[in-house]
Amino acid sequence: MVKRDLVIVGGGPAGMAAAVSAHENGVKDILLIERDRYLGGILNQCIHTGFGINYFKEILTGPEYADRFIKKVRDMLDIEVSFNSIVVKLASDKTVTFLKPGRLETVKAKAIIMATGCREKTREMVHIQGSRPAGIFSAGLAQKLINIEGLLPGKEVVVVGSGDIGLIMARRFVMEGARVKAIIEIQKESRGLLRNMVQCVEDFDIPVYFNHKISRIFGKSRVEKVSVIRVDDSFNEIPGSLFEIQCDTILMSVGLISENELIDMAGIRIEENKTSVPGIFVCGNSFKIYDIVDTVTKDSFLVGKLAANYITNQ
Amino acid sequence: MKTYDVAIIGAGVTGTSIARELARYKLDIALFEKEEELAFGVSKSNSGIIHPGIQNSPDSLKGRLCVQGNFLIRDLSKELNIDFKEVGELIVAFNEEEIRELLRLKKEAEVLGVPRLKIVDKTWLRQNEPNLNAEAVAALYAPTAGIISPYRLVYGLAENAVRNGVEIFTETKIENIIYSKPNFEILASKGLFRSRHVINSAGLFADEISKMLGIDYFKIRPRKGEEFILDKKKESLIHHLILPLPSKTSKGVIIIKTADGNPMIGPTAEDIEDKEDLSTSDSGFNKVLSSARRLIPSINDKDIIAYFAGLRPVAGDDFIINHENKAPGFINVAGIQSPGLTASPAIALLVANILKDNGLEIKKKFIFHAHRKGTIHLFQSPLLKIEKIIKKDPSYGDIVCRCEMVSAKEIKDAVKKGAKTMDGVKFRTRAQAGRCHGSFCATRIMKILAEERKILVTSVTKRGKGSEIVKEDRFCFQE
Ligand SMILES: Cc1cc2nc3c(=O)[nH]c(=O)nc-3n(C[C@H](O)[C@H](O)[C@H](O)COP(=O)(O)OP(=O)(O)OC[C@H]3O[C@@H](n4cnc5c(N)ncnc54)[C@H](O)[C@@H]3O)c2cc1C
Repeated sequence: MVKRDLVIVGGGPAGMAAAVSAHENGVKDILLIERDRYLGGILNQCIHTGFGINYFKEILTGPEYADRFIKKVRDMLDIEVSFNSIVVKLASDKTVTFLKPGRLETVKAKAIIMATGCREKTREMVHIQGSRPAGIFSAGLAQKLINIEGLLPGKEVVVVGSGDIGLIMARRFVMEGARVKAIIEIQKESRGLLRNMVQCVEDFDIPVYFNHKISRIFGKSRVEKVSVIRVDDSFNEIPGSLFEIQCDTILMSVGLISENELIDMAGIRIEENKTSVPGIFVCGNSFKIYDIVDTVTKDSFLVGKLAANYITNQ
Repeated sequence: MKTYDVAIIGAGVTGTSIARELARYKLDIALFEKEEELAFGVSKSNSGIIHPGIQNSPDSLKGRLCVQGNFLIRDLSKELNIDFKEVGELIVAFNEEEIRELLRLKKEAEVLGVPRLKIVDKTWLRQNEPNLNAEAVAALYAPTAGIISPYRLVYGLAENAVRNGVEIFTETKIENIIYSKPNFEILASKGLFRSRHVINSAGLFADEISKMLGIDYFKIRPRKGEEFILDKKKESLIHHLILPLPSKTSKGVIIIKTADGNPMIGPTAEDIEDKEDLSTSDSGFNKVLSSARRLIPSINDKDIIAYFAGLRPVAGDDFIINHENKAPGFINVAGIQSPGLTASPAIALLVANILKDNGLEIKKKFIFHAHRKGTIHLFQSPLLKIEKIIKKDPSYGDIVCRCEMVSAKEIKDAVKKGAKTMDGVKFRTRAQAGRCHGSFCATRIMKILAEERKILVTSVTKRGKGSEIVKEDRFCFQE
C-alpha cells in the first residue's frame, strides 16, 4: 500500500488552500485527490464577480479566484494532484480508497483532510409535492448548464428560495433572455447577501414573494405551473391566499448541505475542524456551510496548518 | 405483411414476462409499447416486493398466482442474472386482538399454500428488528417474502426475450384492433401489423384495448400509491419487510427494503380518476410518515430523499385473465394490480396454457437461451471485485454519478441496451437516483445520451417527447 504524509480529498477552494497551507507549514509529501478533470470545484461555473473581496481585497470572478490557487498548487511541486479520482472509502485507520480510470488505489496517510464541499438541497428535501416533470433544476445544475455547457434550461422561470445562488441565477436567466416570473421565499427576508438582493433582484426588477411557499408543482411531461401560498412567520399556510404562476422551469435554491457521507460511513464523528479520529480533519463547506469563499479559504488555511503540526508531532 | 403468431400489447412486467415465456416456442412474437422505453407504466413505480401470498383470499386467482410466482421468481432471477433477495416479512401486531388476526391470516395463507409461516414473539422481534416499535407484541413471519428491482426485472426479461427472437416495438401505440377472421389487424402509431393472437397486457389502459374489440365487461380504475424513499445511510434500519395489519383496500404502509439499498415507506391507496396523475401530495406524505413511525419510530422526515406515485390498475378485486370467445385468439390480462409483479412469472405460464387450450400449436424451439449475461453494477460490487472489473476495462473507473457510484461505461452500456431517456438511464443504472438527484451528473449523462444516440443535447428527454431537459442550445443558433 502506498504511504503518504498528507492526503487531501477534494480540489476545490478548500482542498487547495489546505494543501498550500500544509506545504507552507513544512509538509512535503501531499496527495490531492480530485474527482473532476480540473481543480477549482464549483468556482469554475461561478462566472459572476464578488469573490476575493475579503481575502485578496479585489473583486474577482469564481474562475479567477480559483486560478490564483491553482497556480500556487502547481508551483508547489511536492503537491501531487490525482484527477478523475473519486474516493469511495475512508477508514479510521487513515486509509483512503479511490477509483480512477483503470485503477482502484488505497493510500495510507499520516493525516487526512476532507474537503469534499457541499451539495444543494432538493425539492424533495423541502417536501414540495405535486408531479415530477422535466424542468426542475437545482440552481447549481442550471448554472452549470448555462455557464459551462451553453444550454438554456428554460424560458419562464420560478426560483424557489432566495439564497445567493438562487439570486445570482435569477439574474443570469434574465441576461440569457429568459423571464424570471418570481422568486418565492418562505422566510420574511432574503437569506442571501444584501449586495445580491440589490444587484441581482432589484436592478433587474424581479418580483420577490417573501413569506410565500410553493404548495404544488403541476405538469406531466414538462413543468406547466406552480401554485404558491402565503405563510405566516411560523410557516403556517394562510387560507385563501393560494395563487398560480405559469412557468416551464423551477429553480431550487433552498440551501446547501455539507457532503460528508464518507466520514459518516466510516463511523467517524466531526468535532469542529477535527474528527473523532486524531489526524483526520475537515474543512471548507464539508465542515460547515460558509457564505463566501474567502472564509472557506481562511478556514482551510487553518486546517492545513493543524494537519502539518499533527504530522510533525508524530 | 408478416403475420405474427402472437402480438402482445404493453411492455410492463406482465407483457415482458409473457413474451419471454412464449419465446421458448417456435412462434413469431411482437411486443408493442407506446412509451419511449419499457417499464415506463405501472411497472416502474411500485414497491418491488415479491410477496409470499398472505392477505389474498384462498380462492382468488391473484392469491394462487402470487404463491406460484414467488416460487418461480427464484429460478427466473438466476437465469436472468437479476438480484433477488429473500429478506422475509413481518406483519406486526400490537395487542391480543391483533394477534388473533395474525393467526387467522396465517391459517388462510396456509390454505393458499404459503410455506414456512410462523408467529414470532416480542423477544424474537427485539433481537431481529431492534428499531421496531417496542410496543409490538408479536408478528407473523413469512420467510419467503423477497425484494427485486422491478425495472431491472423488466429489462432483463425483455433482453432475454429479444435474444430468443421476440421483436419489440417501442413508441408504438396501438390505436385500434380489428378482428378479421382468423387474424387481428392491429393499427398502431407506427403502421399496420397483423397477428393470429393478441394478448392485452396494457396495464392501466387494458380496458381501452379490450373495448376496441367490443369487449367491455370491465373498467380499469387507477388506485394511487405514494411512496417515499429514504437515504441509503438508513439501509440497516430494518432487516425484513415490515407490515402493519392490512385494511380492506391495501396492505397498509410498509417499511420496505429495496434492491437498491434505500429503505422506502409507503404506499398509500387512493382511488382516483386520471390514469396519468402521478403526483404526490402533502396528505399522502403525512399519512405515510405517521403510519411508518408507528412501526419504526425513529424514521425522520429528513431521511426522505425522493418520492413517487404509482397507479394500480384495478378492475374489481381480482386479476382478469381470460380468453375472449367473442374474438377468438384475444386474451385479456387485465386488472393486474398488486401483487402483479410477484405473480408475473405465473401469469406468463397461465397465458401460455390458455393459448394452448385455444388451439395454438406450440412446439419448443430447438435452442432456447434461458440465461442472460448479467449487467455489471459497481454499486452492487464489493471493492475487491470493483478492482478486478476496472483492471479488465479501465472505463469502469470513470465515475459519472458519485452518489451511487455509476461509471461512464455502465451508462453507455445502458444506452446500448435500449435506454433512450434520462429516466431510462436512471432505472437501469441508478445514476441520478441518489442524494443529489443528478445535480452533479445530469449534464454528463445528457452528453453521453446525445453522443451515443447521435442526437442533439437539446433532444435529450426525461422520459419521452415533451419532457426535453433543456430548451435551447446557446452555442448553436438553430432558429
Ligand atoms: C404503488 C404500487 C406498489 C406496488 N407494489 C407491488 C409489490 O410490492 N409487489 C407486487 O407484486 N406488485 C406490486 N404492485 C403491482 C405491480 O406494480 C403491477 O401489478 C404490475 O407492475 C403491472 O404490470 P403490467 O405490465 O400489467 O402493467 P404496466 O407496467 O403498466 O404495463 C402496461 C404497459 O402497456 C403500455 N400500453 C398501454 N396502452 C398501450 C397501447 N395502446 N399501445 C401500446 N402500449 C400500451 C403501457 O405504456 C405500459 O408500459 C404495486 C403497484 C403500485 C401502483
